[in-house]
Amino acid sequence: MAADLDRHTVCVVLPYHLYTLARCSSTEVELDLAGPVTLAAVLDALEAAYPMLAGAVRDRATGLRRPLMRFYACQEDQSNLAPDALLPDEVAAGREPLVIVGAIAGG
Amino acid sequence: MPRIRILVGTRKGAFILTSDAARRDWQVSGPHFGGWEIFHVVGSPANPERLYASQTSSWFGQVIQRSDDGGATWNPVGNDFRYVGDPGTHLHYDGTSKPWAFKRVWHLEPSPTDPDTVYAGVEDAALFRSTDGGQSWQELPALREQQGAKWMPGAGGMCLHTILLDPVNPNRLYVAISAAGAFRSDDGGASWRPINRGLHSQYIPDPEAEVGHCVHRIAMHPARPNTLFMQKHWDVMRSDDAGDSWFEVSGNLPSDFGFAMAVHAHEPDTVYVVPIQSDSEHYPPEGKLRVYRSRAGGNAWDALTDGLPQQHCYVNVLRDAMAIDSLDPCGVYFGTTGGQVYASPDAGDHWQAIVRDLPAVLSVSVQTLP
Repeated sequence: MAADLDRHTVCVVLPYHLYTLARCSSTEVELDLAGPVTLAAVLDALEAAYPMLAGAVRDRATGLRRPLMRFYACQEDQSNLAPDALLPDEVAAGREPLVIVGAIAGG
Repeated sequence: MPRIRILVGTRKGAFILTSDAARRDWQVSGPHFGGWEIFHVVGSPANPERLYASQTSSWFGQVIQRSDDGGATWNPVGNDFRYVGDPGTHLHYDGTSKPWAFKRVWHLEPSPTDPDTVYAGVEDAALFRSTDGGQSWQELPALREQQGAKWMPGAGGMCLHTILLDPVNPNRLYVAISAAGAFRSDDGGASWRPINRGLHSQYIPDPEAEVGHCVHRIAMHPARPNTLFMQKHWDVMRSDDAGDSWFEVSGNLPSDFGFAMAVHAHEPDTVYVVPIQSDSEHYPPEGKLRVYRSRAGGNAWDALTDGLPQQHCYVNVLRDAMAIDSLDPCGVYFGTTGGQVYASPDAGDHWQAIVRDLPAVLSVSVQTLP
């Protein structure tokens, strides 16, 4: 695990509605962040780079993952990872993305 | 030459319909924000190029969009709707208490004088105001002090769906909430009182109950702001004392259940409703889509049918999906859950469908542009 204070470039894959809301040209965005690559740190960096995404992934009031949002990395479901837990080294190294997915529910 | 711009919110995006004053030929733009639920799109009376839109999703939460060029381009503004203090609990459908939680913005009501001031009615029911063009939002929390713990959701959620700003008295505001009732403030939102006397609801045994009524819509004519019309869950009601007391004006309607309601632009006693079969059957009686117009302020209603489907029609018309322009004769517009937007350029006498195949229409507002 990469629990150091180095700078990291992390790749995040956004669902259609969020990358269009953020006016990204592609579904993948790269984020630079310092310190441990935790779920909270990545989402903080995402919201800092794209303020219109604040409240879209995490609840504004509680800071918790919105109920129908899911997180995946390295073929694993990271949705219930504690916000301050480290993401896999492959994500911290920028070799694998953190994938944000809207849960399949409804039509 | 005046122009008309209709702002349509649907389950899957927003659409903008424009026409000259003849209101016969329409241009359609959209979808804007494709795939998102657009609960409301509305223009500022003080600056018609300033538009606000409530863009929402059960997945991705609330976004408020703002346009400063009449809808050609949009930018997301503030979406931080935080209740003041601990909002406590409200009643749930099953009678238990449930914590208050923000879900979405149902209705936006811009100030008539300041394009940067806009009110937002939200679910779970509360009233917010922005004075910086939607960048930041502040709750007017005294509203929830009106027995908020006894409010409960209507079938669509516990939403504050109607906001009326008195055009004569800037300190007077009205709101309506499903299912809490109607409320009035006479001091700019600092304090509130329930205005539900005279309402009777089958599910509320106490005839004096101040809150709990499922008000679907209230409407006002700006020239007569003390007269209010209400489409309640059941019953069409009227008040001539700013909501202090209500009396029923359902008269000869085929059903007094419904959602949408509007008042004629130039005749304060001319009112429009769209009767719906029942609270269990959200479609027009007999499969005939009829707007009913009273020219007497209620009780005596005439069916308006020319150009509307008179057989096999089973759509609904939701509470925010009817609007009136200010030309003479005034135009009347409404949208359906079947995706049609109907327009009448002659106060309801004749109708045509502007579009027929949009996603389910949640809201319709209209701007009369110089």
